[in-house]
Amino acid sequence: MEILYNIFIDPFVQMVVLPDFFLQVIWEGFVAGVLYALIALGFVLIFKASGVFNFAQGIMVVFAALSLVGLTEAGVPVYVSLALCIGIMFLLAYGVERLVLKPLVNQPDIILFMATIGLTFFLIGLGETIFGGEPKTMVTEELGLPTGSTAFDVAGGIVILQHLDIAAATIALMMVALLGFFFSKTRIGRALRAVADSHKAALSVGISLEQIWVIVWFAAGIVALVTGIMWGARSDVSFALQIIAFKALPVLILGGFTSIPGAIVGGLIIGIGEKIGEIYWGPLLGSGIESWLAYLIALVFLLFRPQGLFGEKIIERV
Amino acid sequence: MFYRETGQFKTSYAEDMALFPVIQDRIGIGVILIVAFVAIPLLANDFFIASIMIPFLIFALATVGLNILTGYCGQLSLGTGAFMGVGAYACYKLTTIFPEVNIIVMVLLSGFFAAGIGVVFGLPSLRIKGFYLAVATLAAQFFLEWCFIRIRWLYNYNDSGAIETVDHTAFGLVLAGPSAEPLTRYFIVLVIVIAMTWVASNLLRGRFGRQWMMIRDMDIAAELIGVRPLQAKLLAFAVSSFYCGVAGAMMVFFWLGAAEPAAFNINLSFQILFMVILGGLGSIAGCFMGAAFIWILPLIIRTAPLLFGVEISAALVEHIAFMVTGALIIFILIVEPHGLARIWQIIRQKLRVWPFPY
Repeated sequence: MEILYNIFIDPFVQMVVLPDFFLQVIWEGFVAGVLYALIALGFVLIFKASGVFNFAQGIMVVFAALSLVGLTEAGVPVYVSLALCIGIMFLLAYGVERLVLKPLVNQPDIILFMATIGLTFFLIGLGETIFGGEPKTMVTEELGLPTGSTAFDVAGGIVILQHLDIAAATIALMMVALLGFFFSKTRIGRALRAVADSHKAALSVGISLEQIWVIVWFAAGIVALVTGIMWGARSDVSFALQIIAFKALPVLILGGFTSIPGAIVGGLIIGIGEKIGEIYWGPLLGSGIESWLAYLIALVFLLFRPQGLFGEKIIERV
Repeated sequence: MFYRETGQFKTSYAEDMALFPVIQDRIGIGVILIVAFVAIPLLANDFFIASIMIPFLIFALATVGLNILTGYCGQLSLGTGAFMGVGAYACYKLTTIFPEVNIIVMVLLSGFFAAGIGVVFGLPSLRIKGFYLAVATLAAQFFLEWCFIRIRWLYNYNDSGAIETVDHTAFGLVLAGPSAEPLTRYFIVLVIVIAMTWVASNLLRGRFGRQWMMIRDMDIAAELIGVRPLQAKLLAFAVSSFYCGVAGAMMVFFWLGAAEPAAFNINLSFQILFMVILGGLGSIAGCFMGAAFIWILPLIIRTAPLLFGVEISAALVEHIAFMVTGALIIFILIVEPHGLARIWQIIRQKLRVWPFPY
């Protein structure tokens, strides 16, 4: 009975008794969720346009953030190094298209997936060779990101919001809105969606696949850069950051591989669910359940909707 | 020239269905076995046996296991490392509960525990497919890894959190543990790997293997002509996890001697998956080639600078090894996406028609 009480009653009692703490937990989960959604967005962009499950998105985040910090530390003014980073992400996108994707056109998905894992190894090695393995501090202040925090009186207690988190959430939402606009209203966006629907049909109406791939990888690179700045500002920039890619995977399967809104909703569900689970149910199981709780949440959803919440319905024919 | 099938007539069904129908293949396998059983023990030093041959064989077995699931049944799994861990921890618990039973029996028994866990985590495969399933198997990876750390019973409540082997003797020989001879361990591993590979290759040619391949090629079509997906998929998960579990148990008991939970992390899963893909999906011979390639390549990269007399720091070598491995993987995928086994097939075909091009 004690166990049942601890599982089914106690956490909810705590939520009601300490509503300010509960709100704080939800806010933390929300911020984490927005950042998961950003990484998932990078995955979705590439998966939609080329059908490649890009495992390297996590390391692209680290690589982008490291380049920014590395360049700034080398004495380059911060905005110049930001521009240089965007240039680096473009070169990376171009290089990947030329050297990896193009020779592997028409191969089975798993081969392309493996190639992106190979790319991950390559980028880890390259990044460590250039920048060294030690964690670095993100150049938060130079970039003009706000620091400090504000406390609000809510429900008989206080909720503390870090300014950085607010900025992160705002920037992330702006990114998503921009990408949504880009996808639905611009010429390139329409071409991207055409490629996502069918490579052959897109080719036949004169859309250049190569160009599109460079553009999506570049877009994913920019998303990675933004994610890297935001995550880096919250913790240090190090190669340990790439494990956040594993956090984004349940977000992906929850939202569906092909849906941008799915990535966002999935990110929020995972982020908030994970924080609540960790805080209220975590102590029962011993800490550290964060590492798999997200997968569990995603699995439960998957059992009911095998293509994710917003994924396109999978239609199979024999 | 030498590799001709001309004149080799198959006069009975058994001959037609033989594992190696061509006499040259039988000779080749015989030579490989002689090298493995006689030449290597006689010629190689302890370092070669303990740090190259034993891990190579163990990884090859795990690769066979994953290949059954991914290459033959088409279910992409990223939880191999965790299933190997289940085997290792099961074996550790079994040996502490029944210390007097022969360690080889225990290693094989622990495979069944891994198989059971594998079936549980294989259940989602009935509902979800492809990359969705791959991510779902990551749940197994992270959950089991967490269990290895948090459930203290699994490592007998010791403070280090690691499992380690004590000496296990049978027939007056130390079979496993700190004072076991590398050669003894090598022979045990070799025999287990060869026996299990032989079983696997026969399993794959039989009814179960054919069912798996049907599921892989088109699961709905397979279902329509009478393959039960539930049975076939779960059996594939069970057999695959059994192989991985035995490999994991051997990894701790015959190779490393001790292991922390981190030894069975996601990187191990990726390593095995690389071996499968580079060796060739759906090829047993490819498993051995892939395992050899992935295991030996970083060793070569690490020792290469020493050979050329270049002095660079150990950390830098490590980073460069990572980089080169990644680049080589992409390179091989581009050159031959069907893996090393396919290259061997091409060579074989060329040999058959030599000196003519086709």
